[in-house]
Amino acid sequence: MRAKDLLGRNGEALAADFLENQGMRIVDRNWRCADGEIDIVALEGDTLVVAEVKTRRSLDYGHPFEAVGAAKLARLHRLASSWCRAHQLNAPRRRVDVVSVIDSGVGHPQLEHLRGVV
Amino acid sequence: MGVGRSYCVALVGLNGYIVEVEADIGQTLPNFVILGLPDAALNEAKERIRSAAQNSGIPLSRRKITANLIPASLPKRGSGFDLAITMAVLRAADDIQSIGGTVFIAELGLDGRLRPVRGILPAVMASVQAGYPDIVVAEANAAEAALVPGANVRGYKTLARLAFDFGADPKDLALDYDPPGEDVPDEADTATLAPDLCDVSGQGEARRALEVAAAGGHHMLLTGPPGAGKTMLAERLPGLLPDLADTAAMEVTAIHSLAAVQSSAVRLLRRPPFENPHHSATAAAIIGGGSGLPRPGAASRAHRGVLFLDEAPEYERRVLDALRQPLESGELVIHRSAGTAAYPARFQLILAANPCPCGKAAGKGTECTCTAMMRRRYFGRISGPLLDRVDIQLHVERVSLADFGNSGREEDTATVAGRVLAARLRQFQRLRTFGLETNSQVPGRTLRGQLRLPPGTTRILDTALERGTLTARGYDRVLRLAWTLADLGRSDSPDIDHIGQALGLRQAAAAT
Repeated sequence: MRAKDLLGRNGEALAADFLENQGMRIVDRNWRCADGEIDIVALEGDTLVVAEVKTRRSLDYGHPFEAVGAAKLARLHRLASSWCRAHQLNAPRRRVDVVSVIDSGVGHPQLEHLRGVV
Repeated sequence: MGVGRSYCVALVGLNGYIVEVEADIGQTLPNFVILGLPDAALNEAKERIRSAAQNSGIPLSRRKITANLIPASLPKRGSGFDLAITMAVLRAADDIQSIGGTVFIAELGLDGRLRPVRGILPAVMASVQAGYPDIVVAEANAAEAALVPGANVRGYKTLARLAFDFGADPKDLALDYDPPGEDVPDEADTATLAPDLCDVSGQGEARRALEVAAAGGHHMLLTGPPGAGKTMLAERLPGLLPDLADTAAMEVTAIHSLAAVQSSAVRLLRRPPFENPHHSATAAAIIGGGSGLPRPGAASRAHRGVLFLDEAPEYERRVLDALRQPLESGELVIHRSAGTAAYPARFQLILAANPCPCGKAAGKGTECTCTAMMRRRYFGRISGPLLDRVDIQLHVERVSLADFGNSGREEDTATVAGRVLAARLRQFQRLRTFGLETNSQVPGRTLRGQLRLPPGTTRILDTALERGTLTARGYDRVLRLAWTLADLGRSDSPDIDHIGQALGLRQAAAAT
């Protein structure tokens, strides 16, 4: 596995732990379909949360949040519907969260969490 | 975190309005939105601000930034809002301490330097009037901004230094960055350029007329063949005019601050301006105009100075007639889609014209190839109502060989300007009670009322009026000129001689 993929994997694991600590229940990880991939699917109460995790080593090429553009956001909302359809689940309350992980390799990685991004 | 607030000024013509800038940082993905009718230059502020803040060591929040310019309905233009938006955003992110009622007017460079903007003088005037005397500008604008009485102006070179003074954490600030300053033009630049009256050979009558025009603020029409020196004479008129008083100088500097593309005024413009547009100029170029909000035209740039229209009959008739309104009211009100702007335009009008389209009708006019019809049409372009407002109408002949040989012994500008100043002071003393400054402004009612001359003095005028060779309006104009001649001659009121000379200045051009 290449270094950048490893970094992403680690970030996603950290984010999943982080979300569980926030009281969410992780129901799926790295779900793929033809349209793309969902990093984390979780439940917070009766709300279905589709979380996108962005991991960077530093801020040299911008903040991880800046890498989530309008197109990506629209795809995440579409994927949330696809996931529900694939699992024959009706989730009237859905939202998309974004988690950023900055892992410089020294000390603890920094996590930030944006809820309900539209 | 929360909402940050700062202040700026939006200019509509010469009138400025305080604009409140509020910035909010939302908890969502990074974005930057500017609300409140920004134009293209103002919308580009987002990119300038991000880079400038980053390079100053005080990066903007990586969240959704919303900047709102209030009142939202007022169209806002240009780059002068950069700094105010930046400060509001930094305040919203708690990067700097309280801003209070400080007004920020400057453009940002990508490296974090503060750049000057135009129209700083009227903007600062408006700000002080609205009760916001604390103003931060780019260092290159500081001298101009400080011309406004009552303004507490601070000039900064970089955003880093400004942020430091407003309590930003100095740890990462680029305080050492010192961009090179802007060039400040030398005072000598403008002073030495003015042409001197001693360059004009002969032309005693025309020189005298020019002196009278300068002393009384009279509008003037010069006719004569090409090469007679009409343009030379007109160019020397501003040199004869006295320096501008404080309020007038402020108005003139404000207009030129707005009209200038870049350079910033360092001191008040004390010399009367001279505008010499080409005769192909459109109405918008002379009166003011342009898309969106109108900019001042040549007539406004000539405010408190001289507007010289060379080859006046070559101008479009509607351009010339558009000047009638400012000649009457001293102001130009221009309406455009984005708003209405009023610019002052109290100028002294000097018209120059050839005697006919071919220009050879001078003297006996034997070489002239123009038909009588062509000549009439030529002068017909200068409409009657416009000529009605021109007190001095003078015919200038080609200079004779005798006068040309004698050149070098003519009076220079300084000598004549001295007499003009003395005459202006006499007028000021006399007309102060009427709220006027020069003889050219005195209404006919006053001339024939409080300033009435004894019947013996005005006899030739009364006779001419009776015979119908002089109109009632012409009568008043002769009186105005006679007063100016008396002021130049240090008399308390005009005598028969002054009236006679005044008649001469009026009728010299009547032959053509």
